Amino acid sequence: MKRLILLLALGVSAPALAQHQGHGAHQSAPPAEAPDPHAGHVMPKAAPAPAPPADPHAGHHMPEAAPADPHAGHHMPEAPSADPHAGHHMPEAAPADPHAGHDMAKSAPPVAPPPAAALSGPAHAADAVYGAEAMAPARAVLREEHGRIRTGKVLIDRLEYRSRKGRDGFAWDAEGWYGGDIDKLKLKSEGEGAFGERLEHGEAQALWSHAIDPWFDLQLGLRQDFGQGPDRTHLALGVQGLAPYWFELDAAAFVSTKGDVTARVEAEYDLRLTGKLILQPEAELQFSLQDVPELRIGSGLSTAEAGLRLRYQVKPEFSPYLGVEYQRGFGDTARLRRTAGDDAGGWSLLLGVRAWF
Amino acid sequence: MTIDTRAIERRALLRAAALGGAGLGLLPLFPAWAQSGTPGTVRQNETLTGEDIRLTVNHGPFSTGGRSGHSVTVNGTIPGPLIRLREGQNVRLHVDNRLDEDTSIHWHGLIVPFQMDGVPGVSFPGIKPRSTFTYEFPIRQSGTYWYHSHSGHQEQSGLYGPLVIDPAGADPVAYDREHVIVLSDWTFMHPHQLMQRLKQEAGFFNRQRTTLLRRLQGKDRMSAADRAMFAKMRMDPTDILDVTGAAYTYLINGHGPDENWTGLFKPGERVRLRIVNAAAMTIFNVRIPGLPMEVVASDGQHVRPVTVDEIQIGNAETYDVIVTPGEGAYSFVAEAMDRSGMGVATLAPRQGMRAAVPPLRERPILTMKDMGMGDMAGMDHGTQDGGTAMAMDHGKMDMRDESKVPFEVGVGVDMIAPMPMDRSGDPGLGLENAGHRVLTYRDLVSAVPNPDTRAPTRTVEVHLTGNMERFMWSIDGKKLSEAPEPIRFERNERVRVTMINHTMMTHPMHLHGHFFEVVNGHSGNHPVKHTVRVLPGATQSFDLTADAPGDWAFHCHLMLHMHAGMMRVVTVRPMYGDAA
Repeated sequence: MKRLILLLALGVSAPALAQHQGHGAHQSAPPAEAPDPHAGHVMPKAAPAPAPPADPHAGHHMPEAAPADPHAGHHMPEAPSADPHAGHHMPEAAPADPHAGHDMAKSAPPVAPPPAAALSGPAHAADAVYGAEAMAPARAVLREEHGRIRTGKVLIDRLEYRSRKGRDGFAWDAEGWYGGDIDKLKLKSEGEGAFGERLEHGEAQALWSHAIDPWFDLQLGLRQDFGQGPDRTHLALGVQGLAPYWFELDAAAFVSTKGDVTARVEAEYDLRLTGKLILQPEAELQFSLQDVPELRIGSGLSTAEAGLRLRYQVKPEFSPYLGVEYQRGFGDTARLRRTAGDDAGGWSLLLGVRAWF
Repeated sequence: MTIDTRAIERRALLRAAALGGAGLGLLPLFPAWAQSGTPGTVRQNETLTGEDIRLTVNHGPFSTGGRSGHSVTVNGTIPGPLIRLREGQNVRLHVDNRLDEDTSIHWHGLIVPFQMDGVPGVSFPGIKPRSTFTYEFPIRQSGTYWYHSHSGHQEQSGLYGPLVIDPAGADPVAYDREHVIVLSDWTFMHPHQLMQRLKQEAGFFNRQRTTLLRRLQGKDRMSAADRAMFAKMRMDPTDILDVTGAAYTYLINGHGPDENWTGLFKPGERVRLRIVNAAAMTIFNVRIPGLPMEVVASDGQHVRPVTVDEIQIGNAETYDVIVTPGEGAYSFVAEAMDRSGMGVATLAPRQGMRAAVPPLRERPILTMKDMGMGDMAGMDHGTQDGGTAMAMDHGKMDMRDESKVPFEVGVGVDMIAPMPMDRSGDPGLGLENAGHRVLTYRDLVSAVPNPDTRAPTRTVEVHLTGNMERFMWSIDGKKLSEAPEPIRFERNERVRVTMINHTMMTHPMHLHGHFFEVVNGHSGNHPVKHTVRVLPGATQSFDLTADAPGDWAFHCHLMLHMHAGMMRVVTVRPMYGDAA
């Protein structure tokens, strides 16, 4: 009844107002309407920020009243560990309580588990209507379609022509994965060579990639080398992911079937100059625990490279680039290279593409 | 007022093509209320009414912007037909599934028995290919609602439409004419590919990132502290919506911006616009430049009229507004929250008119407030002496403090908001300085007192969690696929549900089968809703009388968040008898 009276009153006043506006300056700011008791709330800035009360923690203590284990004594037939309230210890959240000082917070009831009656009755209400045989597969699909997404990606991070002193060469660095949010099968391959010569170095890795935190994956698997020198097989263990400040990191250690231990760390960063132009600095360090003369690897820091690639994103999945890279060997690696008549290091001009699908 | 002659010429061409029969098969078909120029729904009977309503779900082509793509529709149109019912009647909705896959229709916002709610795997088994399912229930409410598929990605593909229920008695809102306005997002990509791209590269659809050039141009004004904090957290301050105008054409009643859906009026009339956000992944900012909107209902429930110039509408929310247009045409603008595109329609006294369409505004940029660092984030760092000290405090703040929450913080949780706050007085991302009146939840006051005056006896905390980089979305750190414990209520229990958003995205959270009262300070007259936006770094509470026994879905209505796992089953027991 009260509702009717209020709305009738509005119905009478509003058309009059409307009529007036219809013939005149309807674009000017409308007058504060009498029936609107919340005129003061219209401006977002006017939303009152109540002065904090003398005790900012008023009302925060109630979670402490909850027993340490709110489910003690309740019969929890299904996966009790999944209960979000298990081991509840909300008092820590006290400073985060958004209701501090708000009138509604004063009546905020304590966090508590459901009453016993809420756990009564059938596990699945629809089973009683449609039958468990019909509902069980539908529930399986429901779960499957709400979180269990499997997908994949192939990324050719670099496929490039390298112009340098001596014979020009080429290089590639690609990876692909398939899987869910936590576990993926990951394949990686990289290599380089000079045109008209036997492939300098190539490798392929097959890894189980397992998410260990929101940004990093632990990777374990095998690496197979091919190219000049003996083809080695390695056990690979690494981490790959996104470090703070948006650095892409890939670090791995390898143990070959000959017992050689090597390691590699790569980092790259995308600096967006414009929406389409991206400058990517990149660095890679390789280490070895021992000399591997047949592969021209010396112990310690064996090689380092630093590159700068400027790519133009034709579309997010396809970007040609130009770049430069400096690479050199250190210590025994440098010595082994010089012994073979090569330079310890040098510059390359790069022209390549980055693509994914 | 400028008139976009190019668009009009284009439309004329389209019309000529249609008259000539050329390309007729490619042109979209619309139900009468959504046709390109419509006098409105009042006194029209092309809508579906009565006790028996037949709906056919099928594949079909859909065209917009000169392209045609694959769609899944109800009765062959996008949006589907307007279902118009009357409070107090019974209805039987016969849904004929002509697809080769299961389908379902959920009656969004309708109070129905749980087995008629239309969520496969929760309320019923779904509608098998080439079979018919009949939904039957009494209509116990009135207002503006909608319906959509809850199966696979069918909603994104076009399976949605409006549903309006007239009150049993006189309508308390006086109006001369009404238009139903369904907002949505259309893509020519396969919906599975949207998800795939986001899993491959979470920022794939964001073409508005910060760049060095913009920084040098003085755009993207962020304090050094904010910039460093976002980079340290590996969070993109321009990640406002996951799928953007790069993939979407924003539709109004199935019409793209160039196709200019036009709602007709006579100057001076009180025109009721029943606005439904039926988009899969888009939160819209709705405004009609030059025409204030008097909000009279939200989610079908009456509120005390409040006049604003802009409303942020989350997915699945509905708003009824009254406008009183004068002479001339007005642009109805539904701008995507990230400003990557807009839906545009026209309100005009005659067909063929067009008002100036405002340009897209500068896209918003997230702040530390959106990171759940509380209100001090709103202060200007660096200009005051306190700024540096505060920035240092922020730097030291633990942004993933597992001790703050009662659940396991795993791979799928990239942030725990250290100081989440009540943001019910905020207008929504990017509208803080819109320069005009923007609706906030605090402006909404139920027109009638809340029926259940009991104080809630307990609080249930629901933590909205995610990992932006891996595009993982969850509740309390768990995806639905991990078979989490349902949220359990006792029948008729009075409970407060407090959602805490630990992510930097706005989540429109929807509870099936119930209305709840959004806790916004207007105790006793809290606005009554079925879907509520929870802003980044915010807490949002609602009070609920769990009076509908059965199993219900509770989820984020950004459909790809839901499919990524941000969903729970809610149980209300006992099934029979009166508890509490």
